[in-house]
Amino acid sequence: MNTEEFRQSLLDAGLLVDGGVDGLYLRSFRFESIVRGLEAYISSAWFDPRQTQLFLPPIMPLSTLVTAGYATSFPNLIGTISSFMGSERELVTLLEALSTGEDWSAHLTQVEVALCSASCHPIYPLLRSLPVPDEGLLYEVQCPCFRHEPSHDPARMQSFRQHEYIYVGPEEGARTRRELWIAGARELLEDLGLDIDVVEANDPFFGRAGQLLAAGQREKVLKYELMTRISSDSPGAVCSGNYHEDHFGKDFGLSLSDGSIAHSACFGFGLDRITLSLLFTHGLDVDAWPSATRQRLFATTVSPGTS
Amino acid sequence: MSDVENTVKEILEAHGRLPVSALTLKSDDDLYQKGLTSHASVNVMLALEDSFDVVFPDALLRRGTFQSVSAICEALTTLGVGVDPV
Repeated sequence: MNTEEFRQSLLDAGLLVDGGVDGLYLRSFRFESIVRGLEAYISSAWFDPRQTQLFLPPIMPLSTLVTAGYATSFPNLIGTISSFMGSERELVTLLEALSTGEDWSAHLTQVEVALCSASCHPIYPLLRSLPVPDEGLLYEVQCPCFRHEPSHDPARMQSFRQHEYIYVGPEEGARTRRELWIAGARELLEDLGLDIDVVEANDPFFGRAGQLLAAGQREKVLKYELMTRISSDSPGAVCSGNYHEDHFGKDFGLSLSDGSIAHSACFGFGLDRITLSLLFTHGLDVDAWPSATRQRLFATTVSPGTS
Repeated sequence: MSDVENTVKEILEAHGRLPVSALTLKSDDDLYQKGLTSHASVNVMLALEDSFDVVFPDALLRRGTFQSVSAICEALTTLGVGVDPV
């Protein structure tokens, strides 16, 4: 089945509803039940009392987008927000532009929040005020992220959920933690019946200069992706494990107790992509999925006392 | 020191954001160990292209190209910089 056929089958089954713009989908409760099952499955498997658990809103401070370097490296993917902040007199010109179909964006002003670029970005500014302990800090977060990548491929949604694990601390801790996450995630997803390949990868940095950044990232093996079939037989990334060196430590002023700059690492599960991958691999009839997969995803969300 | 090497060091001084003065670097000093970051290497690359009127091809868009002053000069030589016309 190719991507377009898979996409149409999802729409025909009512699992997803076309939102009217490429990459924009409304999710059925049936689709969401798989996402929530995944969330419970991953979260319970990787529970650690040392982890601070947070649900993040879909927006973060605009300054974080800049400080994290996302606006510099991926200006083509960001989503900033504008609103009308003018006077009554200026409102007249906005309304005129709206009524005549002209470009009315010129009458809006960028606001102090932007759409979340990655789940770990909003966490780093929170750690500015205190030295990071030597054993490191662990976070488990979930965040609806935005990437401006309009595409007909349902694997490339503009708005998607990341369930992410973050470590900030000494270099050795960051490197070790990432290795553990990669191995653990592979096992978790293979236990759901997905074929997983772990590959060295790079972020899609923008432009020619981006090629140099991408080459550097690959040479230092800063990024791994877990690949599997998502919306066609060509594998795509459903997770990524990233070691950031001291990049965020420097940018956000995060330091250890000895004054050295903290390193960080993160591991993200693309909940929407994994859900699509499960549907592609096991079929659209969730009730007919392998019992082991259903047991792992749905047993933890069943309330006590129900069948 | 050649003119090319001089110019490379001046560009590193202006764009490399190194914690040490680029003018004091030896030709084979590891620039990354001296504090050159990936993002700064991009700024250096763009400044080199501008200054020498060259374009780094894909094959040279690697970390190794900016590993040292001599590595940069070598890359520029392959692009015809500092080579006398026949």
